[in-house]
Amino acid sequence: MALEQAAGKVANELDERFGSANFVKRNARKVFPDHWSFMLGEIALYSFIILLLTGVFLTLWFTPSQNEVVYNGSYVPLHGLKMSEAYASTLRISFDVRGGLIIRQIHHWAALIFVASMIVHMCRVFFTGAFRKPRETNWIIGFIMITLSFIEGLAGYSLPDDLLSGAGLRITEGVLLSLPVVGTYLTFFLFGGQFPGTDIIPRLYTAHVLLIPGVFLALITVHLILVWYQKHTQYPLPGRTEKNAVGYPFFPVYTAKAGGFFFITFGVTTLLSAFVAINQVWLFGPYNPGQISAGSQPDWYMGFLEGSLRMFPNWETHLLGFTIPWNVIGPALIIPGLLFTPMAIYPFLERWVTGDNEEHHVLDRPRNVPTRTGLGVLALTTWLILLAGGANDILAVTFHLSINTITNSFRVLIFVIPPLAYVVTKRICLGLQRRDRELVLHGRETGRIVRLPNGEMIEVHEPISEVRKWELTQHLVREPYQVGPVTDANGVPRRKLMFAKARARVSRFYFEDRVVPPTPAEVRELESSDHH
Amino acid sequence: MTRLSKPLAVLRGLSRRRRHRLAPVVLLLLALGATGGAYAAFAPTGKAAAAAGVSTQTLEQGRDLYLKNCATCHGLNAEGSGTDGPSLIGVGAASVDFQVGTGRMPAKELGAQIQAKRQFFNDEQISALAAYVASLGPGPAIPSDKDLDYSNSNIAQGGEIYRTNCAMCHNFAGSGGALTRGKYAPSLKKTTPRHMYEAMLTGPQSMPVFGDGTMTPDEKREIIGFLKTTSAEPSPGGFALGKIGPVSEGAVGWLVGLGALVACAVWLGAKAR
Amino acid sequence: MTERIHDGTAGGTDDVQGLPETTDTTDAPHGDGDLATRDGHGELPARFENPGLPAHVYRRSDIDPKAAIRREREVATFFGLSTLGTVLFIVAYFAIKPAGKSGNDLLRTVGLETKLLGLGLGIALFCIGAGAIHWAKTLMPDDEIISVRKPMRSSDEDRADAIAALKDGAAGAGLGRRKLIRNSLLGALAPLGLLAIIPLRDLGPLPGASLAYTAWGPGKRLVTDPTGRPIKAADVPIGGVIHVQPEGVDEMAHPLNERAKATTLVIRLEPDEITDPKQKKWAVDGIVAYSKVCTHVGCPVGLYEQQTHHLLCPCHQSTFDVTKDCAVIFGPAARPLPQLPLAVDSAGYLVSSEDYQEPVGPSFWERGRR
Repeated sequence: MALEQAAGKVANELDERFGSANFVKRNARKVFPDHWSFMLGEIALYSFIILLLTGVFLTLWFTPSQNEVVYNGSYVPLHGLKMSEAYASTLRISFDVRGGLIIRQIHHWAALIFVASMIVHMCRVFFTGAFRKPRETNWIIGFIMITLSFIEGLAGYSLPDDLLSGAGLRITEGVLLSLPVVGTYLTFFLFGGQFPGTDIIPRLYTAHVLLIPGVFLALITVHLILVWYQKHTQYPLPGRTEKNAVGYPFFPVYTAKAGGFFFITFGVTTLLSAFVAINQVWLFGPYNPGQISAGSQPDWYMGFLEGSLRMFPNWETHLLGFTIPWNVIGPALIIPGLLFTPMAIYPFLERWVTGDNEEHHVLDRPRNVPTRTGLGVLALTTWLILLAGGANDILAVTFHLSINTITNSFRVLIFVIPPLAYVVTKRICLGLQRRDRELVLHGRETGRIVRLPNGEMIEVHEPISEVRKWELTQHLVREPYQVGPVTDANGVPRRKLMFAKARARVSRFYFEDRVVPPTPAEVRELESSDHH
Repeated sequence: MTRLSKPLAVLRGLSRRRRHRLAPVVLLLLALGATGGAYAAFAPTGKAAAAAGVSTQTLEQGRDLYLKNCATCHGLNAEGSGTDGPSLIGVGAASVDFQVGTGRMPAKELGAQIQAKRQFFNDEQISALAAYVASLGPGPAIPSDKDLDYSNSNIAQGGEIYRTNCAMCHNFAGSGGALTRGKYAPSLKKTTPRHMYEAMLTGPQSMPVFGDGTMTPDEKREIIGFLKTTSAEPSPGGFALGKIGPVSEGAVGWLVGLGALVACAVWLGAKAR
Repeated sequence: MTERIHDGTAGGTDDVQGLPETTDTTDAPHGDGDLATRDGHGELPARFENPGLPAHVYRRSDIDPKAAIRREREVATFFGLSTLGTVLFIVAYFAIKPAGKSGNDLLRTVGLETKLLGLGLGIALFCIGAGAIHWAKTLMPDDEIISVRKPMRSSDEDRADAIAALKDGAAGAGLGRRKLIRNSLLGALAPLGLLAIIPLRDLGPLPGASLAYTAWGPGKRLVTDPTGRPIKAADVPIGGVIHVQPEGVDEMAHPLNERAKATTLVIRLEPDEITDPKQKKWAVDGIVAYSKVCTHVGCPVGLYEQQTHHLLCPCHQSTFDVTKDCAVIFGPAARPLPQLPLAVDSAGYLVSSEDYQEPVGPSFWERGRR
């Protein structure tokens, strides 16, 4: 009772100042649809918080300076060597600050998990169609956050100024240099002059601890507010419709589950960091532009760029004395452009194709949107091949293969496997839809064989439940867009006919192959004709 | 009949006829023996440049081992045989000690690169082989224990030299790395100081030669000291995942980290009984 | 028991009394190819109907008080474990002392500290989460609640009001009428953006010619990297590779910047392996020197395969053939490595006879115009 009284007092003070009762009344019991796949975005959110907390800890000891010092700290194999203060302070955190190494490792593992979970979350959103109206903005925000996270990670792992990340900065410089017209200027402005200079680490530090996290905080806030305001989507399960949201109340269930999941995420990341080493900078040594290690890779999320750099053909053109290095511009601009642009605008692309201007709050089963699912798999396989290409030397050494063969194979496979993956995925989706149709029409195969009086042997099919029938048929099957009349009532040709025709073509590509779910009438007909 | 009675009977038979049935066989055997003997007498044995303190017995044993196990690829006089095996004249005892000591030689299969495997000869045999090859022409000698004593070496400097000269092939921690067309620089984790020294000195296969003129014995010791010290270090962060860098870390982050979290999410979403 | 609930976030209250018990069949209208939801004429609907929320399945802890207590204890166990984890962390933090240690002893101590602090913190965090989730799953009400989704679109009334408000405001501002204000405002705002960019000019110097020159020049001795010793031609073994820098590079104004550009490889070939005339001219007795900065994106090209005479860059596998003036034979590099012209000074040491005759390192726009 005393607790209630105290809480009541606090609530009173708040309400008299902020009118908080209204807010609490509306939101304390807000409904959140529940499914484990809705937790993936939370992994990303909680990883971000972990990064903030552990990051602050690290800033208390890290010195973002490239001033040269001679190391005489605890780690003997580096004694007497010249190194930057950034590197020396990272060594200090690792060996001399109690808890420093575990926090460093949590920070780095959390970063890897942060990006991984964002990508998995994005895949869930894509394959279930959660990006459709009214959530296109959230998709764009998410896209921006993913691309920002690559830069944030690059900046973060470059701060210790060790041999591995310094090599990464050298590659960054080389890539920037390649940009036509502005390349050298951009490079000199970023590095404060020639490479490596003494400005890049402090500047990356500013970006890494202030600018990008600031943008992230703003974007995450908007992202979450939109989810809150528009309500979360839900799977097409019984009882769920476009006009309702079914789930558990925010307080207490969701508070406990989501809040608990934060602790789970932090706990798992911590346990991983306790037992598996990551980024042992003392083994790499301080950055020296004349040194390089075999098997130098960036953190995994940059791997697709690394693979692009390794696989791209060595094309370079010269024009009036100017150089255009396609071998670098391709991986730096063209490949990311080709991968990311369709991804960013996909909600609008699909809306144009389907002509769908409705709100959608019920998710798609991926099999019911085979072309979208196939395209998603195509994009993923392309990205995965690039990722694998970035590790070609590790693959060569681990599997005793020739690195030249691996590279050449990937150069071919990247054109062969994604379209193949698209076709296979689409066919699998259509096949699954057909099976669903069969289940509704003919019921489940029980495996029981019955001999009829006339001698015929049949397998008994058990009809599936009404609930299941609905689940397998609730989706909408679109038909390809028809161009319609080419001229209007007065014989005037329609405007933008070209766009309409293009739309019809793409729409055909999307919806030509389709499986129409059976209707109750069809099922009744089959049942009455005693079909098994 | 006595032991000699049969051949004596043959000879008596020979004296009775102008040619015995077996005469051509005997003649053939005599000719073969004469040719072989003449060859053995005139073939260069390389005894001329024997190392000091190496006994003739060791050289003989080495030569014998060589002819039986190495000559097919490296030639009867170690002059090499084109594609199968290079000339060993001038490679020195260090090369032999390295190649045979790491089990690379005798080569089993000629793939992109000769692989290290279980040592085929025992240490005594390797010394004999090394001495024999060393006697064929002057070359790098096997480093002494003093040569390999890195207790006073500057380990940190060794690390710097290693990272400039070696890490691009063998990786920052000596975990090995890829070369072109299926070749590779092997892991150094289990390599002995002696074999490290010899490899630097002789440049086996793709590895360049790091002569004493440009990489002094002191510097070689520093590198060895660095490698041996760091490979014996405990890993304070936990499992080091082979010390090959971010690729293994990314794999673990996905499979273990994200995998565990997704498993927890599934548990979270499942209805309680 | 299903609970119906108001949801007022879309503004205003909802009247929920009209909703049927378990089903909500008023589907939102679909787009093209739509099928009617309810056929008024025949018995059967045109499509299968949403069966509504399934009957609630009760948990053990809902029915059996003993089971509920057991669950309570399980949750408490989780929280108790968490406390133990916290204690472990605190004890480990103060008990393990890496200060003053060195060598493997230090590393072992830091390793133990990392594991125990991580285990303590990890258990502390994980078990709070597991406890909370277990509590929610097993003891908190798991009745599914339905709330109404209102369309995102505002009512026509609201829209009209909004448009009216904006129109009034715009009329008040008079931008439409007062073209002078509008034009001068645009004229003021547009260039204001420049003021955010112009102060960034001093981020760095202009590139100028700096990418075209390195610390090498006539008579500069080659010294070993990192040990700094000059090299006699006779000391370079066949099949050997030496990493070099120009003598005195560490005394220059920005040593690391100079090293980044000047880093060079010296390789000795058999003289008859060199066929290219320029390569021969700049060689000394089969000894050639090439820039170590990869022409792809700048990594040090360090791997020399002695038998094939190939130089491999470990970053993206550009491969250069030293016997062919470092022409590219594989990989993404588009240009061969620049060669450093070598000579021998009076004392017999290798020197550069002049600087690189082209910019080293990755390609850039103005490269051909230096």
